[in-house]
Formats: sequence, C-alpha cells, structure tokens
Amino acid sequence: MKNILTSTIAIVAVLVAFTSCNNSGKSNNSGALSSNNAEKVYVAPGEHDSHYAFISGGYSGNLTVYGLPSGRMFKEIPVFSQFPTNGYGYSEETKPMLETSYGFVPWDDSHHPDISQTKGELDGRWIFINGNNTPRIARISLTTFETEEIIEVPNSAGNHSSSFITENTEYVVAGTRFSVPVPQKDMSIKDYKGNFKGALSFISVDPEHGHMDIKFQVLMPGFNYDLSHPGRGKSHGWFFFTTYNTEEANTLLEVNASQNDKDFIAAINWKKIEEYVNNGGGTMMPANYAHNVYDEATHTATSTMKKEVRVVNPSEVPGAVYLLPTPKSPHGCDVDPSGEYIVGNGKLSANLTVHSFTKMLDAIENKKFAGDAYGIPILNFEDVLAGSVEQPGLGPLHTEFDGKGNAYTTFFISSEVVKWKLGTWEVIDRKPTYYSVGHLTIPGGNSAKPFGKYMFAMNKITKDRYLPTGPEMEHSAQLYDISGDKMELLLDFPTHGEPHYAAAIPAEIIKNNSKKIYRLAENEHPRKATNDAEVKIVRDGKNVHVYMTMIRSHFSPDNIEGVKVGDKVFFHVTNLEQDFDVPHGFAMIGANNAELLIGPGQTRTLTWEPKQVGVWPFYCTDFCSALHQEMQGYVRVSPASSNIELSWSLGDD
Amino acid sequence: MKKASIIMIIGSLLLLGLFKFPLWNIMLGAPQYPDPLGMNIYINGIQGVSEFDLQNIDGLNHYIGMKTIPKPDEMWEFSVFPKVILAMVILGVTIGSLGVFKKISYKFFLGWFILMSILGVLGMYDFNSWLIDYGSNLDPHAIIKVTNPDGTPMSYKPPLFGFQKLLNFDVTSLPHTGGYLMFVGMSLTLVAFWLGRKASLKKI
Ligand SMILES: [Cu+2]
Repeated sequence: MKNILTSTIAIVAVLVAFTSCNNSGKSNNSGALSSNNAEKVYVAPGEHDSHYAFISGGYSGNLTVYGLPSGRMFKEIPVFSQFPTNGYGYSEETKPMLETSYGFVPWDDSHHPDISQTKGELDGRWIFINGNNTPRIARISLTTFETEEIIEVPNSAGNHSSSFITENTEYVVAGTRFSVPVPQKDMSIKDYKGNFKGALSFISVDPEHGHMDIKFQVLMPGFNYDLSHPGRGKSHGWFFFTTYNTEEANTLLEVNASQNDKDFIAAINWKKIEEYVNNGGGTMMPANYAHNVYDEATHTATSTMKKEVRVVNPSEVPGAVYLLPTPKSPHGCDVDPSGEYIVGNGKLSANLTVHSFTKMLDAIENKKFAGDAYGIPILNFEDVLAGSVEQPGLGPLHTEFDGKGNAYTTFFISSEVVKWKLGTWEVIDRKPTYYSVGHLTIPGGNSAKPFGKYMFAMNKITKDRYLPTGPEMEHSAQLYDISGDKMELLLDFPTHGEPHYAAAIPAEIIKNNSKKIYRLAENEHPRKATNDAEVKIVRDGKNVHVYMTMIRSHFSPDNIEGVKVGDKVFFHVTNLEQDFDVPHGFAMIGANNAELLIGPGQTRTLTWEPKQVGVWPFYCTDFCSALHQEMQGYVRVSPASSNIELSWSLGDD
Repeated sequence: MKKASIIMIIGSLLLLGLFKFPLWNIMLGAPQYPDPLGMNIYINGIQGVSEFDLQNIDGLNHYIGMKTIPKPDEMWEFSVFPKVILAMVILGVTIGSLGVFKKISYKFFLGWFILMSILGVLGMYDFNSWLIDYGSNLDPHAIIKVTNPDGTPMSYKPPLFGFQKLLNFDVTSLPHTGGYLMFVGMSLTLVAFWLGRKASLKKI
C-alpha cells in the first residue's frame, strides 16, 4: 500500500513539472500566427474538405465521419450500438447486426478503425473497427457508409489489439486484451498463471466482397495483448503485438503487472502459420460466435451462429512466433512505412524503444535466444534494438509517421506530441496537447504511404477548451499542420464519444464512389412494395404485414382498418424516392421499438403491437417537403373479438 | 455543281444525327438541386439527363399540378417526327445524287431547304404549344397555386429558347447536339444552293 502512495506522489510531482513546462510553450501560438491558421482550416460554405477522418466513437460504439481541415462532423455511422437517428439496431432488418453468442447486445465500445489497403496503400473500399467489450470486428462499406458485416470473436475478451489489417487486406486481426480460460470453464482465478490463454485471431477478408471469416486463432501465453500493427514492405507477412502483464498477475494489475522491467512485443509470422493451416495444421475447436451480414440488395441483415474455430498452438509451428523484450508495459506498437522499424511505446518507460526488423531476422537466423516463454523463443533486447529516443516525454502511447522519415509520438502523462527522426532518434519538435492525448492520426499513417500534411491528436480531457456543458463534456481532437519542420496547432474540434483512434484519407479516394440512392430496381427486400400496385396488407394469424410505400408527400395506404388489439403489426415501408439525400421517416404512436428512417430506395420494417382500441396516427419524421406535415395516416384498432376485415385506402375512391 | 451536290448530300445526312442525339435540352437548377435536373428531348421521346431526373421532375411538378412528362406513346409527334426527318434525309440525298449526275437544277437544293424550314417552324410551333399546355393546363386540385400580380394563374411554361426563372428554379432551354447537327446540315444545303448557283452563273 505504501508503494502505491509513493508512486502516486511521484507521478503527480512529475505531472506538475511537465505542466509548467507546457505553459511556457503555450504563449507561442497566438497573434498573427493564429489568424493565418484560421485560413488554413477555413472551408468556405459549399466547398468540400480535402480529407475524410473516421474517428472512433469509443464508448459510443460507433464511428463518426469528420472533414479535415475544418473539423466538421458529417455523420455518425452506427456500428456496435443501437442508433436512434436512423433506427439501426431497432428496425427488424438491422436488429440481427447486434446479435452475439450472448444474445442481443445493444451497446459496445469501439476502438480502432483501419481503412482497407491494396499493396500497402489505402484503397478506400472498407473501414474496419473493433468492438471491445463483446469481442467483435465490423466492416463498414465506404460507398454506403453503412455497417455491412460484424463477426464475433470467440475465446477473446477485451478485443483491444484490433482491428488492424495487412497490406493487401488479407487479414484483419483481433487480439485479446484479457487472457481467459480457453475454452471457458469454472476455475479459480488464482490459477490464472499458466492456465489462461490469449487468443490472437486472424480474420480473412474476401478480396472481392470483403466477407470475413476467422481463419485461425493463435493461442498465446496468458499475457495481455494491448495493441498491434502489421508488418509492411520488407516485414509484410509479420504481425506485431505489444503485451503487458507478462507477470501473469491476476489482481491489482496496476502494481503487479508493472514489475517486469521488460514486457514483450510478440512477432507473429502469419504467412508461416497460414501455410501450416492450409496444410491442415491446427485443430478445430467447438465454439459459438455470431456472424452477421447485411445484404445491400435485400436491405436486410442475417445472423448465423458459427460452431467451431481453428486454433493453433504457437509451439507447434516452429519459427512462427518470437518475443521481443520491450520496456516497460508497452502500449502502442507501430510500424514505420518502410516496415523496418517497430516502435514499442513503453508507457512506463523513460525512453522510446525502436526495434529493427532486419536485426530481428538476423537474431532469429543466428538462433540468439535469451530463453523461452511457454516454448516461444525470446530474443535478446540488445540484438533487436534499432535505437531509442532518449527522454522524449512521459507516458508514450502511440506513434504515426509522415512518410518523410519522421515519427510523431503521443505522450499521455506529459500531454504532448513529440516529433522525432527515424534513424537518428533525435527529437525535432514538441507541441502540447489539451489534454491527456491518446492516439494520433496522420492520413494514411498506418500504411506504406502516409499523406503527411495533417496530424490530429485525440484527447481524453476537454476542460476549459470550449463553453462548459456541465460535468460531462465531449472529448476533443486537435489538428496540426505538419508540412513544415515544426508542428503547428491549427484547430480544436469536439468529437463524439471517445475519439479513441482514427483513420483518415484524402477525400478524392472515396467521395466519387459514394452512393447517392439505393436503386429501387435492385431492391430485393422480400417484403418491398416498389410501386403503389404492390401495396397490400396480409394477415397471417395475429401477425399483420403492411406493405407500404412512401414518397413526397404521402404514405400508401394512409388509412388502414381491421387491425385488432393483440395483433402484431409489421410495417414494411419502402421509400420510392430516387433522389439523393431524400429519406423519409415513419413513426407510429405507441410503438415500443422506436421509429424508422428510410433512405431513398430502401425498405425498413417497424413492429407495432397495438394495445388499445382506437384510431391511431402515424407520420413522417423527416421534414421532406413543403407538404411534410401532411405526410400522415391512421390505423383503426378494433377489439380483439371484432370481425372487421382488413382494408386499406389512399384517396377517397 | 458536283461539289455543291456532295455538300447537299452531306447536309441532309447530318439530319440523321437526330436519331442519336437529342434535339433540345431543358435544365432545371435550384438551390436544393446543385446538380440540376434535366430533360433531353429527342425526336422520338423525352429522356432524363440523369437516370431519375424525369421521375424527380414529375415529383416536383405534381405540387403545382403539371401533368407528368409524356411517354413516347402518349404523343403523336414522337412517332411522326422520325418519319418526317427520315423522309427529308432521303429526299435530300436523292436531290443531291441527281445533282451529281446533273439531272436536276441547283434550285431544288433551295426547295429542300425551304420545305425543311417550313417543317422546322411547324415543329417549333407544335413544341411551343405543347410547352404552353404543359405549363399552364394545370390540375385544378393542385396543391400549390401561384398567381401573377394581375391575378391570373401563373404559367410554368419553360422557355422555348434561353433562360427563365420559374419559381425557385432556373430553367435553361437550348438546342442540343442533334439540333446543332440539323442546323449545320440545313446551312450546308444553303451553301450547296449558293455554290450550285455560282457554278451555273459561271457557265453562262
Ligand atoms: Cu416525408
């Protein structure tokens, strides 16, 4: 107990030291400079930003889309959480997206978005993001900006070292943060050490459709797997994961997991394991995990439970896995654009450690091992070390690269971004952030080709940067111009949820592929009504299916009779518009499952269980035209015993 | 005279462009339509410039009670115009060919031009009266009724040629590729006439 106290005091003391240091730097950017900065972020009305930024919503479970350099938020894309704005996770078509082996999970914690790549460069087809709490990986289309697929990850817990992808989007990885019993069983937590396992999942991505499938899981020792990055260029074929708690402690981890001077970066030769697996290696293990796929043609998601997964014991594939000692509880694990340098951000270390891929191969070749952990060879720290950045700041977390030989690292405790040079390891510049920065992003920074004009830092604490909004505030991002030698702070902008990590890309790569409507002619929803002749109401026992259409400014039908108390009414509503950005809403009084928002050409279903006799209105919730207020209708609800036949109408005749 | 006759043939053949390219184009832009809606008028029907333009124009027009844009089988013009154009092409080529073999006077070139001009004026007259009907023969149950300052109902007739403001829409009506090819073709027949005349004057 005394130890904790002293270490806390020490950290506070250091904090104070760094804070005062930051204050002196703060006065630099004001006056003439800031008016110049205003021009750099000004995007005139009607003009477009040059970059898209996809910022994780963290504990919102979603992904938000921003423009750079303006910092304007364009959209929130629902991924792992129900989303009232468009009914994702509420409408019958989208509910299956949130199914898991634990049942329906309506809220999760999303962390690391990553854009698909071809030959190491961003191709703008999809963006992947991980659900942390109930381990899942999602794939989002960058033509519709909708979540198209979610795969659950079995044998995992705290899906944190995800969702990073290899240089041709061969795999997206899902590394477990918490090791757990595999398979799960009732056992004493005290017996953690040596018994728990950390599953690192390699999820293959179909090159054409993007469909995901867990190809194999490597069952690693029971450490915590924190972050990961793929090798690229010369190190393509490898994947690197930081670990902490190599002590394998199971209680009071803030102390007990910080005892070892060095933890590891696990280097996985996935090509080798892939080959092993393709030759029948590994074992199929019973499992239960959901695979949810949204079909753009039927506008409907389906959820299937998968029943087994292939697991690989690393000691069975010699030469596939090595451990690189890295000080001290490394968090980030970042690979430079050339693939040579692997930066281990030891969050409790004074120096920043950089490993060399070439040296690693060399040490492996010469079998220079310091020992092993559960049969996995450990390399010598000195043999793999490329260099270290001396005393760059406090609490290094994450590093990105500008493609010009520079690296940018965030320091959480000292709240700053430090720019340093690869190879010489010298610090070039440092800029304070406000406050407690986590990740940072350079467009393309996680690829072989970064677009090094902008960098933005994502901060955990916002206080005093904006007008106060009570004790809880949105987090904040800060945009820097990194085109010169020195970084220049251009803009603060609030973000939604926790801006955990982000991926950014030049707008040109995406914007011309963005879909404007869903073509009615391609709508394959089984209960669509693509013109007024297809409108109908069908009773099936107590279920009543209403096949309804909507167009500016009416519903067809707008009068419905013959519904009874105790019925379950399914409104299958098709939006007949074929005009960019003209959705309509559908709201039914007393519906317990929210409302709908239906894009042009789309079909959505709302379930309504009328509980009272009466005549009940429905209406359009999206102000769609001059006659939006008139876009309404009624459903007559009769007693359960009534024998009024179903009927419906539009107009008087 | 041979040169003049060949130009006559080329000129009348250019009318064939009307079977491929639109004769006329009307664009409707408004603040909420930064990409304007547009219709291309062909001799055999009307098509949207983009795939769903006609549907969206009809959707907007129903507020003010305009009829929907006619399908090819809803107007006799769309079956007659192609026949008239084809007949004029055949006639023009025949006259030109006869001119090559000196079986016919250059004056026939002018005759063709005058006939084509009359037909053209008739066509424009017909087109304009359709526009008047389209823009002013409104559904009495129209949702929005706008009147001119003098109290008469507003007409939504698009301009026959040029630019006009219709409520919140900027409407531009101009010939399109097929139309330009027709004008060039007709001008060539005039040139043919002029060259033919010059050649015959020289002989005298
Ligand atoms: Cu509406």
